[in-house]
Formats: sequence, structure tokens, C-alpha cells
Amino acid sequence: MTSSAAETYAPPARAGVEVRLEGLRRAYGQVVALDGVDLTLQPGELVALLGPSGCGKTTTLRLLAGLEDADGGTITVAGRDISKLPASKRDMGMVFQAYSLFPHMTVRQNVAFGLRLRRVSKEARDRRALEMLELVGLSEQADRYASQISGGQQQRVALARALAIEPKVLLLDEPLSALDAKVRGQLRDQIRRIQLELGITTLFVTHDQEEALAIADRVGVMREGRIEQLAPPTEVYSRPASSFVAEFVGLTNRLPGEVRNGRVSVQGCELPLMDSTVPDGPAIALVRPEAVTLASGAGQESGPLVGTVIAATFLGATSRLTVDLGSTTVMAQLPTSDAAALTAGSQVTLTIRPDPVLVSADKVAASES
Amino acid sequence: MPFLGYVGVFLLLPTGIVIWDAVRNPAGQFDLSSLKLLFNPDVRSFFTGSIELSAVSSVTGAILGALLAYAVASGNPDGVVRRLYLAGSGVLAQFGGVTLAFAFNAAIGPSTGFLFHADWYYNFPGGIGLIYIYFQIPLMVLVFLPAIDGLKIQWREATENLGGSTWQYWRHVGFPLLAPAFIGATLLLFANALSAYATIQAWENQIAYTVPQQIYISINSEVGLASNEGDVLALGMVVFVAIIMVGYALLQRRAARWLR
Amino acid sequence: MAAITSLGESAPAPQTARPRGMQIGRRRRLNLFRYVTFTIFGLFFFLPLFAMVRFSLEGKQAGTFSLSAWTQIGSTPGLVSAIEITLELAVITCAVVLVLLVPTMIWIRLRVQWISRIFEFLCLLPLTIPAIVLVVGLQPIYNKIEHYNVSALQLFWVYVILALPYAYRSLSAGLTAIDVTTLSEAARSLGASWATVILRVIVPNMWQAILNAMLLTSALVLGEFTIAEILNDVNLQVALFNISRATANAGVLFSTSTAALLFAFALLLILSYVGRRRRRGRA
Repeated sequence: MTSSAAETYAPPARAGVEVRLEGLRRAYGQVVALDGVDLTLQPGELVALLGPSGCGKTTTLRLLAGLEDADGGTITVAGRDISKLPASKRDMGMVFQAYSLFPHMTVRQNVAFGLRLRRVSKEARDRRALEMLELVGLSEQADRYASQISGGQQQRVALARALAIEPKVLLLDEPLSALDAKVRGQLRDQIRRIQLELGITTLFVTHDQEEALAIADRVGVMREGRIEQLAPPTEVYSRPASSFVAEFVGLTNRLPGEVRNGRVSVQGCELPLMDSTVPDGPAIALVRPEAVTLASGAGQESGPLVGTVIAATFLGATSRLTVDLGSTTVMAQLPTSDAAALTAGSQVTLTIRPDPVLVSADKVAASES
Repeated sequence: MPFLGYVGVFLLLPTGIVIWDAVRNPAGQFDLSSLKLLFNPDVRSFFTGSIELSAVSSVTGAILGALLAYAVASGNPDGVVRRLYLAGSGVLAQFGGVTLAFAFNAAIGPSTGFLFHADWYYNFPGGIGLIYIYFQIPLMVLVFLPAIDGLKIQWREATENLGGSTWQYWRHVGFPLLAPAFIGATLLLFANALSAYATIQAWENQIAYTVPQQIYISINSEVGLASNEGDVLALGMVVFVAIIMVGYALLQRRAARWLR
Repeated sequence: MAAITSLGESAPAPQTARPRGMQIGRRRRLNLFRYVTFTIFGLFFFLPLFAMVRFSLEGKQAGTFSLSAWTQIGSTPGLVSAIEITLELAVITCAVVLVLLVPTMIWIRLRVQWISRIFEFLCLLPLTIPAIVLVVGLQPIYNKIEHYNVSALQLFWVYVILALPYAYRSLSAGLTAIDVTTLSEAARSLGASWATVILRVIVPNMWQAILNAMLLTSALVLGEFTIAEILNDVNLQVALFNISRATANAGVLFSTSTAALLFAFALLLILSYVGRRRRRGRA
């Protein structure tokens, strides 16, 4: 699982603006959607808000866009407090998840719409619309209607439309969620390319962690109205700030172990702890599948690290094997070439790489998660 | 299929009979001369009366109904208010007719009016127009509501985001999108008013103002202008309504494409 | 009066939104608009009905209260039989409509899909042909029928036709919501006969569309006047009409009308609650 933070690119054509959200609070009746969110986007940065449904990521975006009013907190863009400004005056471009193109207008008219509202002359807006369509690679579809183009193309038009007005900030609300897997990947990369080229400060909301890790400069993992961790993708993945983050981003093994002196002992292996202040005692260690290596264990005596493969999932370049150790089951992820020989039923020995691990807050009550 | 047989007998055949009779003369031969009846000034006044009444009530009903529909649509989808208004509309739209005329007689009739005495109540199209509007509005709500529901929230939000005000939204997005549905619904209301018979009969059946009333009279009198006057008038109505319904269907198709 | 309800099912549920807010200013303006609108229209619609109810409670001298208009419903000659006839007509019409439409529609959907356009056209055709026109052409046909059986109940033949558009739309929406093909194939593969498939697999899944269709049909029958009058049959509305010609403002007119209206209103309201609950359960 790779993450690309900065790709090698020419420096941004325009400097973006800083966006600062402080203490944002929003509740719908009894339901608290946002419970004090603080977030600062550096100029030109793409921050992805990631989390399960209901965590507040979309609400944050909508508050920034001005589509809803916050109950508390402030929003500052380029040093100016816009908390009370109506959405139509905020100068932001937004791409919705679906259905946002106007069906009675052609692609070109859709893209030019923002300019039309600003009373830009027809030639100027058409020119700009075409320019934007070229940027997203759809200039040939300019005279078609939304219903005549594919979902991926529609989202590209939506992007062009948002960018046509030269907004200060770009907002994307799960723009890829409604698309096919293949289109999703292509569009994701295209969005990132354009964003970097324009150097526009961007907030990207998604529930797909692979997307977030692939595209963002920093990822904000949210849960129940708060940001649990805000850090570059590599850090969120390998140094999760909490067990929630560890389990939400990527796969995790929950292995029972014993904490002693700042290290945890799992199945006989001693692993360093990320947080050395964890008190001694039983705990659940969170171990990434790729930290587990397997080797053929034919003929090995049984031991804590000897087990049987009970399931194997082929994922292309890598494979994921589930091993039964008797006391617990472990997932391992290895290159397919290495996994080929280890079919279901074969005996294997495990090694756990001594990366620092997180220990879950839940106690050892039930061993299975 | 038995279904076809049934429909054939009770729908197509009567229609066929009407058309058939309309183009025959008393001797039973094919004869278009009775169609000239349609241009007879008396007859024309019936058509004019019908059209006048229908046009007034349908346009007014459409505009008012659209407003009400918007009010209903913009509320809680599961709420009490919506249910009440929808159920009420369903009832009033269907029940028009006799019942409604009684209610209005009771409410504002010149002699018996409970609320007040409207001397213009028995004027045409004044009083009856009001009654028609009374059931056209619910009908409009029922027909037009799905169109308003079909306006996606994202369009409104996208417009706002791109810098548009409420007025700009309606001007560039809302109204254009609703236009086909609105016109279609108005046509439907118009056809509905044209065909209405019961209400106006119960309101005042001594004088015939509209085509349906005249059809009734000519059926029941042995001495009609021509023995097939009723048929001819009916034919005229069918043609008229058919044209309107075709227009309605076309507009519906357009509206459905955008708003579904 | 063949008024036209647009949908079989009462308006389809609008796009469900997660709790989505609006800007405060806009919400306030919208709510103001709604309250004002509802109040004005509410009054407008309510007043004549109120007048009618009030009239129905009027006694011999103006200003006194009396339930005589209501009790008279039972004793007015002809009215009770007219009510009976109308109710019976409603039942018969509903039954015939269902028996006619449900199997045919299912069959079309499963086997002969190319006919569905024509079928739909036929079903919606009655909307185009005003009742008054229809009845003109119906007279000779009904004359023949009357040779066999002179009864107002014979009206059901044509009422079924009148109800077609509404029933069709309702049933069609119900059929679309469930995947008829898959369900029936699954049932058939488990060994069910066609009758079983229809009765025990499909119908139970569309009972609310069926209910809706029946209600709309009933409302239609209860309110129908034109054809009955011209064919000289006496149904509820015709009876009321005749009474009104005899005594212009007989109290019983108002009480019966009010009762009928309230009855239909209650039915539709209940239907909307039943419908929603099902939908929420399914979603």
C-alpha cells in the first residue's frame, strides 16, 4: 500500500490561500455532528477528510462551503473571517457526489454557468469554458447534455465547472464514490494532477481510505465529530494516533499479548511499543498484515508461531493469507510469488517484524475481534 | 385476452359509436354535413363558454396550485402537513362534482350563503369558476408535486456555490426545469375542466353554458337541433381533448427526462 | 367528473436526505412562506367545507343546532338504497378491476413485454375521453344490457373502464418496485404453479399498490355522477342531486356529502401512513 504525498511537479502556477477552521460546532437537534473541529489548510495543500459515515467530514465541508451555518466556531480564508458570509459570496468551487449537473444545459453551458452569473460576456465565458474542458480532457463533449455522457465524464464536467470561476478553495464531496472502480482510480489521479498544477487549496472528503492515502498531502481521520489524527498519509498509516485510526486505515491484526517494560510480547515475539507509557498487563496489539512473514513450516514442531493456512485471497501483486495459530488467527500479506507455495492447509511458521505497534484500548476480554 | 375484449366493448366501441353517429345523417348514410353544426353560432358559444371557463380555472388553478405544491414539497417528506395536504388533495380532486357544488351553495350562495351572500355567485364564469378553481388546485398539487420533488437539492446548492442568488437560481435553473411539467399540468387541468359535467350541473342546470351541459340537453330532448347534435358535440370535444392530451404527454416525457 | 390524479401511489417519496441543513436566513424565509401559504390555502379549502358541516347541523330555525340532517340520512326515501348501491358498486368495481388488471399486468411483464406500450396507452385512454362523451356512445350498449338486467349495478361495467388509468398507474408502480421477473422465476424454480406465483408470491408484495388502486377506484365510484345520471341510474351522487332539485338546501344533502368526504379523506390519510411504514421498513 503506497502513498504519494508530493509528486515531482512544476511549482504551482498560482499560490493558494490558507484556510483555517477553528472550533467548528454543529448539531442537528440531539445529534452532534461536529464537536469542535480545528483544521488549517496550508496554501495549495490538499487535505483529505476520511472517516466512516456520520463522522462529520461532509458536515465540515458544507460548513466551509457555506451551505450550512455552524453553531459555533470560525472560518477564516486568506486571513478574512467568512463565517457569516453566505455561500454565494464565498468564492469556492464545489464538486458534489452526484447529480449536480444541470440537465437542461449542455456541458459547455454548465461549465460557463458560474461565469454567466457573474455577467461575463458570452465569448469570454465560452472561451473559458472550453479552456476548462480541455483541462479535464472533455472539449469534444462540449455540446452534449449530462444524460449523454458517462458518470466519470459528468464528474469531470463538474470539476471544470467548479474551477471555471477561479475559486480560492476547491471542495470535493466524495466525488468518486458513485463511480466504477477503474474510473475512480483514473479520475482520482487526474484530480490530483490538476490540483497540483493550479496550486489550489483543496478539501477532499471520502470514506475510502485508499483514495485518501493516494491523493492527499495530509489526511484528517475523523470520528464522531472530531479529528483523531491529521498527518501525512505515511504517518497516518504507520504511526496511527489511536486504535480507531489504526483499524480504520488499512487492515489490522488484533493479537492478544502481554505488556512488560514498554514492550509487548505477542505469541512469543517481543515488539516495541509506539507509546512506551502503556502500563504492564494484558493488552491487544495491533499488527499490520505486511509485518507478518510466513515460511513453509512443514515438519516443524508446534509452537506459538506455527500454524495452518486456512484461507488465501489472491489480490494481484500481493496475497493475503489467514493463518490459524490455535490460540488466535493472524492475517499476513505477502508478495504472491512467496505465497504461491503456501496453499490452504499447509503448515507455516510466522515471523513478526519488530515495528513499533499500537496497543488497543480495549482489554483482552474477548480475543476475537 | 379477456381484458382486450372488455376494453374493446366498453371503451372503444362507444367512442366509435359516437364518431360514427356524428358523421351520419338520419338516413344512415355517411354524411359530413352535420359537422357543420360545429360552426353554428349557438354551438360556438358553448365551446367558447367551455373554453373560457376552463382556461380561467386551469391557469389560475395551475399558478396557485404550483405555489401550494412548492410549499408542501419543501417541507418534511414524512411530516403530517404533507400527508394532510396530499390526502386532502386526493379527495377534493376526485370528489368535485355535486358535493362541492353543495358546499359552495351553502357557503356563499346569494340566498342561503352561510359565510356571505355573493350576488355574483350565479354569474358565469364567476361563481362556477371559483368552484372549478377549488378542485383544480388540489389536482395541480397532485400532478405537479412529483416535478418539484424531482428538483435535486444539488442543483440549488451548486448554483449557490457558483455565486447565484435565490432569484438567479429560479430564473436559470428552477423555472426552466419546471416549465414543461408546469405547462403539461396546466393542459391537464384544462382538459379536466372541459370534461367536467357534474359540478356545473349541480350548480345551475337550467341554463347550459358549456359543451358537456349541452350534450346532456340534446341527449335528453327529443327535439334537438339535429338528431345527432349530441354526437357531433361529443366528437368536437374528443378531438379537442385528444389534442390537449397529446401535448400533455409530450411535455411529460420531457419533464420526466430531466426531473427523474 | 373524471378528475385526474396523477399517481397511483401517492407522491413517491422525495429523495431522502441525511440530516441536511440550510442556511438559517434562507430557512426562516422559507418557513415564513410555508406558514403563510398553508394558512391561506387551508382557510380557502376549509371554509366551504365548514359551511357545509355547519349547514348539516342546522335546525328548523336558523341558528339552532340539530342533528336531524344526519339522522335523516336513514329515513330519506331512496337515499339509503342509493348509498347501498354505490357501496356495492364500489366493491364490485374494485374486484373486477383487480381481477382484470393484476393477472394481465403480471403476465405482460413476464411474457409479452412488447405489448406493454399499447397496454399502457389503452389503460390511460379513458382519461382522454370525457365521461360525457363516453356515455353518449354507451347508451345503445346499455340499452342492450338492460334487456337482460335492469339495475344500477350494471354501472360497474363502465366504472371499471373509468378506473383503469388510476388503477393501472398504481399497480404499475407497485410492480416496478418489486422485481417481478426474479421473484417469479425463483418461485417457479422451486416448483410453484402459476396460480401460486401470483397469489402467494407477487400479490403479497404489492399489497399496498393494490390497496391504493382499490381506494382510488372506490373514491371514483363514490364521486361519480355523470354517467349514472345520463343513464338514468340512481347512485349516491345522483340521489343527492335529485334531492337538491326537489328541496334546494335540504340538510341531508350536506350531512351525506360531509360524511362521504370525510370517509374518503380518512381512507387516503390512512393509506399514506401504511405506505410509509412499509417503505421505511424496506429501505
